[in-house]
Amino acid sequence: MKARVHVMLKTGVLDPQGEAVRHALGQLGFDGVEGVRQGKVIELDLTETDRAKAEKSVTEMCEKLLANTVIESYSVEIA
Amino acid sequence: MHAAIVVFPGSNCDRDLKVAFENAGAKVSMVWHKDTEMPAGVDVIGVPGGFSFGDYLRCGAIAANSPICRSVVKHAEAGGYVLGVCNGFQVLTETGLLPGILLRNAGLKYVCKALDLKVETSESVYTSGYEAGSTITVPIAHHDGNYFADAETLERLNAQDRVAFRYVENPNGSQQDIAGILSENRRVLGMMPHPERMAETTHGGTDGAALFRTLVDQLAHA
Repeated sequence: MKARVHVMLKTGVLDPQGEAVRHALGQLGFDGVEGVRQGKVIELDLTETDRAKAEKSVTEMCEKLLANTVIESYSVEIA
Repeated sequence: MHAAIVVFPGSNCDRDLKVAFENAGAKVSMVWHKDTEMPAGVDVIGVPGGFSFGDYLRCGAIAANSPICRSVVKHAEAGGYVLGVCNGFQVLTETGLLPGILLRNAGLKYVCKALDLKVETSESVYTSGYEAGSTITVPIAHHDGNYFADAETLERLNAQDRVAFRYVENPNGSQQDIAGILSENRRVLGMMPHPERMAETTHGGTDGAALFRTLVDQLAHA
């Protein structure tokens, strides 16, 4: 079973890297990009076969290590 | 006075920290990240600067979950003293011993230079050798030193006099110019600047030495 975790900075947390990307896009002539937020995608290969258990376990992984909930939010997709 | 210094793969200020503690009169033990217990009788734990685990995932995140960090947390929760410098500060925020987090510098550049810090409080074993309100010169060397915490946390830090140092000129976008903070019991200090790199005349200044001197003296007599 595979899981995909999306980690994004919470709204209100300044993202200087996203801002640098936005600036670079503008310089390349891509007008109309009002904001860029940069996050992470983490893919996990799991031995678990029960979907609910996998989701619970990956959520615990997010809380403990994969995301820092002081500044980041996360979402879990099980596939 | 017995200090333990935690060494992670990628730590690079561990020996500087050892020398600073020794020059202040402490006995120092180096502790590897895979160790699970602190040596007996440790008074203070130093978490050094560097790039533990290559800064993978988030600075300090992997180190904060290493076996030895469970002992660091246990030591702090039992009222022990912990000093985290630079990457050590990042590790301490990731363990939850200190609030907030260190984000990428607002200018997106690694900044390495000596700069002025305002000592905000002398009410701790780390800062009692300085006068509150005085300015000291200590170097920074980091890419991720931009202190962030929510408004409520910042208010609490200020109300409880827990901001130890502020930058005179903010080099990294830190909220409220914060360079170092104390835990609620004032026994855990995390700071981005490196006092161990300004502790001997050959370093170009000795403003950092008082931190180690007062810490070692006070714990030796405790």
